[in-house]
Amino acid sequence: MLRSKAFMKKTRKGNVVRVVKEHYLRDDIVCSVEGCQRCDFNADTTGLSANNKFVVHHPVLSNSPRQTEQFPVPALIVPDTNVLVNQIDILEHSAIKNVIILQTCLDELKHLSMPTYHRLRTVVGDPDRRFYVFSNEHHRETYVERLKDESPNDRNDRAIRRAVQWYKQHLGSASRFPTPIEVVMLTDDADNRRRADQDHIANSSVARYLQDFVDYPELLDMVAQVTIDNNADRKTQYPEHLTKLQCQAGLKTQKYIQGTLNISHHNFLEGSIHGAVDGEDRTIAIQGRAHLNRAVHGDVVVVELLPKDEWQRTPTEIRMDTTADDDDEEEDDDDENHNKNKANSHSTAKKPKSTGAAQPASAPEASELAAMPAQPTGKVVGILRRNWRPYCGHLDPKSLRIHGQSSAAQGVLFLPMDSRVPKIKVRTRQAHQLMGQRVVVNIDSWPRDSRLPLGHFVKALGSAGDRSTETEVLLMEHDVPYQEFSKQVLADLPTEGDSWVVLEDQHVLNSGRQDFRNLNVCSIDPPGCTDIDDALHCHPLPNGNFSVGVHIADVTHFLKPNTAMDREAANRCTTVYLVDRRIDMLPPLLGTNLCSLHSNVDRLAFSCVWELDSEANIVDVTFTKSVIRSRHSFTYDEAQARIDDKTLTDSITVGVRQLNQLAKKLRARRMHNGALTLASPEVRFSLENDSQDPVDVEMKALKETNALVEEFMLLANISVAKRIYEAFPETSMLRRHPTPPPSNFEGLARQLAANGFELRFDSSLELSRSLDNADKSGDPYFNQLVRIMTTRCMMQAVYFSSGTLAEPEFHHYGLASPIYTHFTSPIRRFADVLVHRLLDAAISPATTAYNPMLTDKNKMQEQADTLNYRNRMAQQAARSSVELYTHLFFRHKVVVEDAHVFRVLKNGFSVLVPRYGIEGFIYASTKASAGKSGDRKEILVYDATRDALVNEDTGIVIKVFDKVKVQIAVDKETWDPHSHSFVKQQVPKPAGPKSLATTTDNGKSDGAGSTDNLDLKNEEPPTLREKMQMQLVEPFIPGLSFAETTAEPESAALPSPPSLEAPGKAGSQGASASSASGDHPQVKKRKL
Amino acid sequence: MELLSPEGLRIDGRRANELRRITCKPSVLKNADGSAYFEQGNTKVLAAVYGPRQPQLKSQTAHDRAVIRVEFNVAPFSSSERKKRSRFEKYGNLRILEIATSIKQTFEPVIISTVYPRSEIAIYLHLLQDDGGNIQTCINAATLALIDAGIAMTDYVCACSAGYIDETPVLDLNHIEESSYETPDLTMAVMPRSEKILLLQMESRLQIGRLEDTLALAKAGCGQIHELMDKAVRDNTLDLVHKYTN
Repeated sequence: MLRSKAFMKKTRKGNVVRVVKEHYLRDDIVCSVEGCQRCDFNADTTGLSANNKFVVHHPVLSNSPRQTEQFPVPALIVPDTNVLVNQIDILEHSAIKNVIILQTCLDELKHLSMPTYHRLRTVVGDPDRRFYVFSNEHHRETYVERLKDESPNDRNDRAIRRAVQWYKQHLGSASRFPTPIEVVMLTDDADNRRRADQDHIANSSVARYLQDFVDYPELLDMVAQVTIDNNADRKTQYPEHLTKLQCQAGLKTQKYIQGTLNISHHNFLEGSIHGAVDGEDRTIAIQGRAHLNRAVHGDVVVVELLPKDEWQRTPTEIRMDTTADDDDEEEDDDDENHNKNKANSHSTAKKPKSTGAAQPASAPEASELAAMPAQPTGKVVGILRRNWRPYCGHLDPKSLRIHGQSSAAQGVLFLPMDSRVPKIKVRTRQAHQLMGQRVVVNIDSWPRDSRLPLGHFVKALGSAGDRSTETEVLLMEHDVPYQEFSKQVLADLPTEGDSWVVLEDQHVLNSGRQDFRNLNVCSIDPPGCTDIDDALHCHPLPNGNFSVGVHIADVTHFLKPNTAMDREAANRCTTVYLVDRRIDMLPPLLGTNLCSLHSNVDRLAFSCVWELDSEANIVDVTFTKSVIRSRHSFTYDEAQARIDDKTLTDSITVGVRQLNQLAKKLRARRMHNGALTLASPEVRFSLENDSQDPVDVEMKALKETNALVEEFMLLANISVAKRIYEAFPETSMLRRHPTPPPSNFEGLARQLAANGFELRFDSSLELSRSLDNADKSGDPYFNQLVRIMTTRCMMQAVYFSSGTLAEPEFHHYGLASPIYTHFTSPIRRFADVLVHRLLDAAISPATTAYNPMLTDKNKMQEQADTLNYRNRMAQQAARSSVELYTHLFFRHKVVVEDAHVFRVLKNGFSVLVPRYGIEGFIYASTKASAGKSGDRKEILVYDATRDALVNEDTGIVIKVFDKVKVQIAVDKETWDPHSHSFVKQQVPKPAGPKSLATTTDNGKSDGAGSTDNLDLKNEEPPTLREKMQMQLVEPFIPGLSFAETTAEPESAALPSPPSLEAPGKAGSQGASASSASGDHPQVKKRKL
Repeated sequence: MELLSPEGLRIDGRRANELRRITCKPSVLKNADGSAYFEQGNTKVLAAVYGPRQPQLKSQTAHDRAVIRVEFNVAPFSSSERKKRSRFEKYGNLRILEIATSIKQTFEPVIISTVYPRSEIAIYLHLLQDDGGNIQTCINAATLALIDAGIAMTDYVCACSAGYIDETPVLDLNHIEESSYETPDLTMAVMPRSEKILLLQMESRLQIGRLEDTLALAKAGCGQIHELMDKAVRDNTLDLVHKYTN
């Protein structure tokens, strides 16, 4: 038994209380260098592990680390705290090995940045990297007491130096190493280096140390440019930020407002936060560079309101990047070659303009402005938390100053894909290699004297426009963890690998599992499905009722809490389905093999078995772990064929047929209760086998059997939700779908009223009925369109921990269920894994599935927040992927297609193309822009009274629900990323479709079905998309198709003509499409 | 908060299976029949034993054995945290009474009370400083004080707590570890020679599969405490012998 040799008290003064902690110092902490004979590696144990074995310490650090020119003796390196915080990208680089991380630094890092801490921990966890955490604070010889009048920072620096000294001494005296070993302190703090020199401690700055890494030239580019705001000689461009303390004081007195900055997709100089203004929850606009004051999208900022007379008044419209020109000039400002004075005077002169730039392009009359309600406007005075992340983008070729293949370092501008993020200045030696590539850049700092933030290069992803590169970009931009599973994770898989089988004695007899292998279980999935989560059975009972079972893959049997695999899955949260690939949540061995309920093999399952009467009422329900053997894996079509083929009377077919009957009754009852049938256009690409190029697009079709599966999954989810809520009222992982506020529906109701339909939205039942009624004979897509638009009025369905909300708020609006959860897809959703554990713990308290997290409300809610975030991101990534493929699909095509107008704005309208499920924004020509081309027939003017765009000459009226024809094309030239700024100059108005409906989930039928995936609406458009459009092209070029309207100029004057196109004429239009597109001038030709 | 670092050190620098520093001293109060001062890390308890003596309440007298009385007090200065004190106040004296009762029940089977009929043995426990593990420290202090008073007992009573952090069983939780929500905290008192369990108390959830590990660790901790206490008693006795012989 090891006892502490000495102990001291460490006092820490908090606000009120004084916490006295014991602090034991030890003499058994090892240096962990291979071959050290002074350390007793057997003494350094991590204590008792769970299986009661002592874990013996294995030396981590090599005794022959890297030599450099600067340090010819092989050197271990010891980074200080600031290096850990700022240069984490370098530490993550595989060239950096044999690093000693001091506990002092680690503790400081934990306080400074938890994400960085976790990244560092991942590096430390990789045995190949040879990072060792030395607990110097608990080492008897390296602990230092804080001196009188010494600041904590100075003490920590001294502790670091003391530890380095100890190491040097320790290794020096143990002369058994093949070569002597040096220990080098890495720090960018000049003062610390000076003191180290005094103490004869080898030290270096990061940049100097990396200079000798000639085999990894990119390392130098990755050095973060951290500057401290102290060079007074340069003219500052931004006001100083308030300190945290000042901010908090201001927030307390309500002088300031705190919020997360949200930058507009269409104008990066325009941001907003949500906050309380005079006790009312309002959106506060922040306009222009000066007011944004170096805040970047996502930062938590503190805002001071401007006086009321400076508040912004603008009508709603897609605000275009009127600052594009402005920005280009500013780019030049940053050009160091420019005359500084000129640049400065230039920028000050422009200040009013940049604030003014947020005004609409066609500024309304002053009187009109005054009538509009003013929006609260403010300026950023402080930043509480930066939310910088790695940004994908490319380098601006225009910013290159050294040409040719020189490898000298030069400053270049980085253009992020995310239009909300400003350009970033980076220094690189490989500018020429990186041109035309997608690169990843981190922001390091944004000093007051720099117009743009400073950053450093992290890595190159590949050439722009390349499918795999762009896919990687979209994964990164949506924060999807897509790396391969690590060794630690794979080590948690069953050791038998794919030869794992269900063992009679271990899994069947002594496990409390029910043996369901005699039941006629089958699964119904889309074709080609490899991760089968669910299977069903149904057989009649002697009393005339039915036994119906839903069997879900028993993932938690393999995925034990607190293993590396569990932590990985908890972080990934969901499998992400892209068009061409799938980013799995679980290693494939589990997901597509051991857990997947394939036919004719024994599999472990978690079963939910009901007794249903012939009217599909639940008589009884039981939950149990089980062993099943699926008889058959059907596709939806096969199952449908079996149901339809009356000659088949085998037990499986009869079972499926019976399930279908019951499902219909369940569905009818659900609809009666007010469940909604919503729609979103979902497409599927047919990919060419070799090149993976999309060759066709088709809409997904739903079959009766889809509904069958969905119905029972819903039933299982609801039953499980009730059960776990009973057992864990505080910590159940549930899913709710809030009732949307009536204001969400008002716009749609008005538009429908104009078409003669009433939209009632007081309850989901009324809404559901009015949706059923909104059916236009002759326009089969009308109802679908209305449903799509209704979907966008919805709130987002979210996971939550039951203890955080009152019970009435559990309601799931779309499904009209008072309680709901996700239980049926544990292979691809982490929420289901948690629900499995909860249910397992609820039905058999002695289970090993129980872990403390299941009863920790806060942790549960934290996980729920992560789940919601990841889900949102996964959906956006999936949509971006569809979009990427849409671009690829249209790359060599120009297509004219029917489209429906679903939104009219002042400067254009949005259309949805049902055939391809794509959506685009079409700009109307304004007087100014049409003036150039000189065709007044192209001008469309917004008419507020009719909520329509009107051309006064031709009488064309464009309103919501109108059918139009559009021409879809991708401009190939713009695949070239170099055209970025070119695009901006040519067309200072990048398109901004407000949201995108195309989703794909690779044909994976969600058990909960389309009604539950209400996650499309009210969302930010995917970030990638905007940029893609700017760069690639805006693919949607309006065609024509106003032949009918021109024929009826007088109808344009009527307040509510039902539609542009008479139903009968709609059909004939398609035929004349091509000729029409040849004859008529386009509304506006958009060439990007 | 990271209660157990991946390097295997706890927040105060101990490893998972290590006790806090223990110092104890019997016979610290002259006017009590027996007394002891017991420190376990920063938790400090003073114990005094009176008896066997005439029962203070006549009505509680038992004709065939001694009655054991335990009084437990928390010094108002025992903890610097206001919150902690208000928790005690909120439960009123009930919480304190409960601790006293469980300590009483722990000692009843060990003290051979039949040798002292119609009398009373009073144990007074005073918590001077609180840093987690109060009950175990109280029991250990009471054992020393009883031995000091020369009360007939079948064995020592040694108490120790153990819990679970993440995947690792940990011994002797301090206040920070104890107050973490997810750390189960089990207190056990045993008779070291017969290894019989006198008290097993846990007010949080612990996965059943981990109970055995935790029990084994707590028992090992009790064993170590027994050695220390035994040494303290022997040293004290030797001291006395020296006093009388010189």
